[in-house]
Amino acid sequence: MEGPKIYGEIFGLTITQTVVNTWICMAIAIILCYLLTRNMKKIPGKAQVIAETLVTVMDNLVAQTMGKDKMKFAPYMLSLILFLAVSNTAGIYGLRSPTADLNCTIALALMTFFMTQFFGFKSKGVGGYLKSFLEPMPFLLPINIIGELANPVSLSFRLFGNLLGGGIIMALLYSALAGLIFFPVLIPIPFHFYFDIFSGLLQSFIFTMLSMVFISGAMD
Amino acid sequence: MIGDLNMVDFLLQFLSQFDGIDVIKAFSAIGAGTAMIAGVGPGIGQGFAAGKGAEAVGIRPDSQSDIVRTMLLGAAVAETTGIYGLIVALILLFANPFF
Repeated sequence: MEGPKIYGEIFGLTITQTVVNTWICMAIAIILCYLLTRNMKKIPGKAQVIAETLVTVMDNLVAQTMGKDKMKFAPYMLSLILFLAVSNTAGIYGLRSPTADLNCTIALALMTFFMTQFFGFKSKGVGGYLKSFLEPMPFLLPINIIGELANPVSLSFRLFGNLLGGGIIMALLYSALAGLIFFPVLIPIPFHFYFDIFSGLLQSFIFTMLSMVFISGAMD
Repeated sequence: MIGDLNMVDFLLQFLSQFDGIDVIKAFSAIGAGTAMIAGVGPGIGQGFAAGKGAEAVGIRPDSQSDIVRTMLLGAAVAETTGIYGLIVALILLFANPFF
């Protein structure tokens, strides 16, 4: 699997394959949401039922993991999991997955990291926030700081490593199949099913779950 | 002792007949393979988590969805060290800072 190609520059910003594929994934997610939620009625049609199920499932998940008082995070988490689900399964429709680039996953993990710090600060106040670094004992302060800084690293590396590892295995499989005469079409199907659909959806779920756990853990 | 050299000196002299870059490439490949030994730990951890999850589902089949969710979360966290090993291996192979 090759690294993301560089397409050009706009105002000094480098436009790589990752950026373009992120736009495509965002467009797919936005069009999907638009198609599911246009002309909503009191008695729902098929599309509206799908949209309502998504929202209800996410609401229940947030209520269970974060608590009933933090329901305001449900829209963010639903959009996060939608974007991740679309971009992790991008290998099926022939795109290089944007999350197989460390820049994309680090950006997502930093969003979680800053949300963790900000909402921890907001709900505990200055004293409580600073005091939480001295627990359970004051001399554990460096360990606590390192542990806090390790969260975005482990979050981003987990997603990146899983997606890139899956992509490399698929690329190796395709290069091995290139010399094969019989059934080179059918063999990749189970591998695509595992590495793109199962692993991709599982990783997007796990990223969202861990974000929820970190944020709610910092708040209470 | 090989000739009048000890083992380390012999190895260094053996390696010095190759180009420096080639030696670095060879040892990077060996290092990448060695780094993937880290995959053993997550394998054990995830197997343990899955076993305990199966046990818990056997005891309480009605709360299966909660158990599966917690198990997947724990398995994902246990996977982190293996992913670190994978990333070190990938850096050594594809983004090596030494050549």
